Amino acid sequence: MSWRYDNIRLRRLEAEAIYIMREAVAEYSNPVMLYSIGKDSSAMLHLAQKAFHPGKLPFPLLHVDTTWKFREMIAFRDQVAARLGVDLRVHINDDGIARGISPIASGAGIHTQVMKTEALLQALGKWKFDAAFGGARRDEEKSRAKERVFSHRSTNHAWDPRNQRPELWKLFNTRIKPGESMRVFPLSNWTEYDVWDYIRAENILVVPLYFAAQRPVVERDGMLIVRDDDRLPLLPGEAPKMMRVRFRTLGCYPLTGAMLSGADTLDAIIEEMRGSSMSERQGRLIDHDSPGSMEAKKREGYF
Amino acid sequence: MHEPASASVLNAAAQAGIATRPALRFLTCGSVDDGKSTLIGRLLYEQNLIFDDQLASLGRDSKKFGSTGVDHDYALLLDGLEAEREQGITIDVAYRYFATPRRAFVAADTPGHEQYTRNMATGASNADLAVLLVDARKGLLAQTRRHAVIASLLRIRSVVLAVNKIDLVDFDQTVFDGIVEAFFSFSRDLGFGEIKAIPISARYGDNVSSASARMPWYGGPHLLEHLETVDVEDDRAAKPLRMPVQWVNRASSDFRGFAGTISSGRVARGDEIAVLPSARVTRVASIIGPSGDVDSAAAGDSVTLTLADEIDVARGDMLVAARDRPQTSDQFAAHLFWMSNERLFPGRSYLMKIGHRTLGATVTDLKHRIDINSLSKLAAKTLALNEVGVCNVSTASAVAFDAYAANRETGAFILIDRYSNETVAAGTLDFALRRATNIHHQDQAVSTAARSALMHHKPAVLWFTGLPGSGKSTIANLVEAGLHGRGIHTVLLDGDNVRHGLNRDLGFTESDRVENIRRVAEVAKLMTDAGLVVLCSFISPFRAERRMARELIVAGDFLEVFVDTPIEQCIARDPKGLYRRALAGEIKNFTGVDQAYETPEQAELHLMAGVKDADSLANEVIEVLTARKII
Repeated sequence: MSWRYDNIRLRRLEAEAIYIMREAVAEYSNPVMLYSIGKDSSAMLHLAQKAFHPGKLPFPLLHVDTTWKFREMIAFRDQVAARLGVDLRVHINDDGIARGISPIASGAGIHTQVMKTEALLQALGKWKFDAAFGGARRDEEKSRAKERVFSHRSTNHAWDPRNQRPELWKLFNTRIKPGESMRVFPLSNWTEYDVWDYIRAENILVVPLYFAAQRPVVERDGMLIVRDDDRLPLLPGEAPKMMRVRFRTLGCYPLTGAMLSGADTLDAIIEEMRGSSMSERQGRLIDHDSPGSMEAKKREGYF
Repeated sequence: MHEPASASVLNAAAQAGIATRPALRFLTCGSVDDGKSTLIGRLLYEQNLIFDDQLASLGRDSKKFGSTGVDHDYALLLDGLEAEREQGITIDVAYRYFATPRRAFVAADTPGHEQYTRNMATGASNADLAVLLVDARKGLLAQTRRHAVIASLLRIRSVVLAVNKIDLVDFDQTVFDGIVEAFFSFSRDLGFGEIKAIPISARYGDNVSSASARMPWYGGPHLLEHLETVDVEDDRAAKPLRMPVQWVNRASSDFRGFAGTISSGRVARGDEIAVLPSARVTRVASIIGPSGDVDSAAAGDSVTLTLADEIDVARGDMLVAARDRPQTSDQFAAHLFWMSNERLFPGRSYLMKIGHRTLGATVTDLKHRIDINSLSKLAAKTLALNEVGVCNVSTASAVAFDAYAANRETGAFILIDRYSNETVAAGTLDFALRRATNIHHQDQAVSTAARSALMHHKPAVLWFTGLPGSGKSTIANLVEAGLHGRGIHTVLLDGDNVRHGLNRDLGFTESDRVENIRRVAEVAKLMTDAGLVVLCSFISPFRAERRMARELIVAGDFLEVFVDTPIEQCIARDPKGLYRRALAGEIKNFTGVDQAYETPEQAELHLMAGVKDADSLANEVIEVLTARKII
C-alpha cells in the first residue's frame, strides 16, 4: 500500500510541486533546474522525474561549482547524472579562480558573492535560461517566507521584494519580457520535515554526509568544520580530530558547520531533527553576516 | 501566562497523527497595527516552534527595531524584509508552517496597509479560514471591512473575529460585545458560514493558545483550540470531474498523455469524458500518477491521462465528466478586484489567465463598484487600486468554466496588462451572459476574399499615430491622393471627423480615448472586410489600444505608421492653436502636455517627420505598400 493513502498532506505537497514544474515547462522555452546536490535538490529532481514521466527531463540541470564543495558531493552529483542520464551543466567562475577568490583568502562574503552569485548569473546568461527552478523553501528563512512561487527577475537578475506580483490561487503570471527571467520554487510550501519525510517515503538517495560517520574535524568559532582536504590551513595548535558528526545542511565545506551526531539512518536523522532546538540554517556561516543578509544576497541574484 | 516548557516534545508529537488530512490554511488580516504578525509570532512562540538561534536573533532585533521596549517583538519573526523591519509594518504576505498534535497549519500573515491590500488577497486566495483582527480600542475600520469584503469575494467561508488588545480596554466585555455586534450586522450579506468571535491579547497570549483567566465572562475556545477543531469541508472530490490540461506529454512517437491537476471530482480508467471547448467525447485509457499507473485519481492529484481516441487536445482545454459538463461562453458576469496603480480601462484588451489558458479579454461594461463601508453599489466608469466591482467580461474565444461559487479553481481568473505584464486584477466568474449563447456569427455567402478578388489590390489598414500637430493627417491625405490616382479603393478615418459622428458621445479622458480607438478599429476591420485600404489618422497615444487595433485586423494587413515629429516642432507648428491653450491650462488631458504619448515599439513604418517633407514621406508609405504587394 502506497504511503499516499495515509499521508494526504505529503501527497498534496507532491502534487503541488509537480503542478508548479509542469506549469513552468509549458510556459518557458529554456528552463533549467538548479542542482545543488543537497537533500532539497534530491527531492526536487525526484519530483521532476515524476512530473514528466514517461518522458525524459525536458530541461538540463545546472550546478554552480564553487570548487569548495565536499568531494563526496561532487562524486554524488556525477553518479546521479550518469544514473539518470540527465543533461548536467557545470559552471565555475573562472574569473574568480584567476583572482584567487576562496573562502579562506577572501572570507565567506566575497567568496559567496563571486563564486556563487556571480557564477550563477554568468551561467544563466551563457545558456540564456529564461526560468530556473530552485529548491528553496519558505520555512528556511524570513525573506524567503515572503517570496512568490514564480518570482520575477529583471534583466540584471535583480529581485524587487517590495513590488512582487500578486499571486492568487494557482494562477501563476508567468509572463516575462525579453532578457527577464523567472525563478520558480516547487518546494515553496514544504518544510524541512516534509523533505525528509518524502525522502524516506520514496527511498531517495542523498549525499552520505547527511549521515553520521567519523570525520576529521577542527573546531573554530564554535563551529565544527570538517577538513575535507588540505586546502584548509590549520591554525597554530590546531589538529583535526576524528569525531562522529553529520550535516544538516550542505554548502562549501569551510563555511558549513557539522553537528555531533550518531544518527546514521533516515529514521535516526528525522528523530534527531525533531528534537533539535536549532534552525536548519544555523550551520550556515553565510546567512549571518548581518541582519537581512539573505535578502541582500537575493536582491543581487542569489537563489 | 502560558510559558512553553518541554522543548521539542510537542514538535515530535505534532508529526504523528496529523498526516491524514491536509494542512489548514488560514490567514491573519485586518487593519494596520491590529497585531496580525504579533499574533502569529506569539502563537509560534507558545507552541515552542521558534528555534533557539531564531529566538536569540529576535532578542537582538527587538532591541534594534522593536516597538515593545524590552520585551520580544514577535512581529519581527514574520516581518522578514528589511523595509518591513525598518518601518515596523508588514508589506508582503509571509507564510509560516507549523503543527500541533491535532493539526498541521499554513499561516499566511498579510499586510494591513491599504497600499498593500493585493498582498492580502494573495494570502487569502488559497486560505480555508480568515482570522480577522480588530483592535478593541478602535473597533471596525475601513481596512477591516475591506479585508472582510475580499475574504467574502474569494469565498472564504470560515471567519474568526479576533478582538485583539483586549488588555488595553481592561478586558471589558461590553467593548467586545459591541464590536461583535457591529461586525455581524456589517457582514450579514457577505455569505460567511461560521463566524467565531474570540477576545484575545496577542502580545500577552490571552486566549491565543491557552484560556485566559482574565476574562471569566468568555466561555468559548481559545484561538488555537478553535483552529485545531474547526471543520473546513473539502467537498471538491464529490463534485463533477474537471481537469484543466496543463501540458501535453509527448514522451515518444506512440505516447500522448495529458498532464494536469484534477480540480474537482474523480476519474477512473474507462470513464467517459468530454474535451472542452471542442466537446469531443472519449474514454480514459490509462491514468499515470506519481507512483505509476493507477486505477483512479481524485481532486488535488497531479496525473497524466491517456485517451482511447486520437483526438485533438491542447494545453488550456478542460477534460470533464461527459455527463456533467461546465458551461462554455465568451461573455461573462464577473466580480473584479483591481490591484494595479493604473486603473481599469473598460474596452482595453487585457490578457486573462483562467486555468491553463491565456487569452485576450475586455471589460465591456462596468456595472457598479462596491462601496466597502456600506456594501452599497456605486455607479462607476473605472476601478482604481483596491476597488471591487461587478462587470461584464468578453473573451477572445469561448472558455469552459464553472461559477466561482461552485468551483474555486475553474471559476477564478487573473487579468494581466499586455505591455507591463503586471497582474492587474483578480476575478471570479458569476455566470455566462445569455447573449453570448444567442449571438452567433452569421455565415456569409460572399467571403472577404471574394470581395477582395474584385479589386486589383489587397485590403489593408494604415494606422497613422503621432503627437497632435505631427502631420499625421497631412501625410495620410497625400497617401490617399496617391493611392486614389493609382485606382486603389480607399477610405480615410480621421480623428476629428469621427468625433463629429460615430464618437460624438466620447470625451478625452483616458477611458474615452480607449473606447474611441476601439470603435475606429472595429470600423476599420469592417472596411477591410469590404476590401478597402483604410487610412486611420489618430493620435492613439497608448500602446495597448494600438495593439488592440492590430489584433483585430488580419495579420499582415495592419501597418502601424509612426509619424515621428519632435514635440518642439509640433508646438511651433500648432496648426489648431491647441498646444497654446493646453500649455495655458485651458485644455486638460492633452497628449504631449499633461497626458503621455507612448512611443511605438513595433511600427512597420517610422516616418522621420522632423527632417523630411510630407510629400517624400507619403511616397515612402506608398513604396512600402508596393513592396508588400498590397498594391
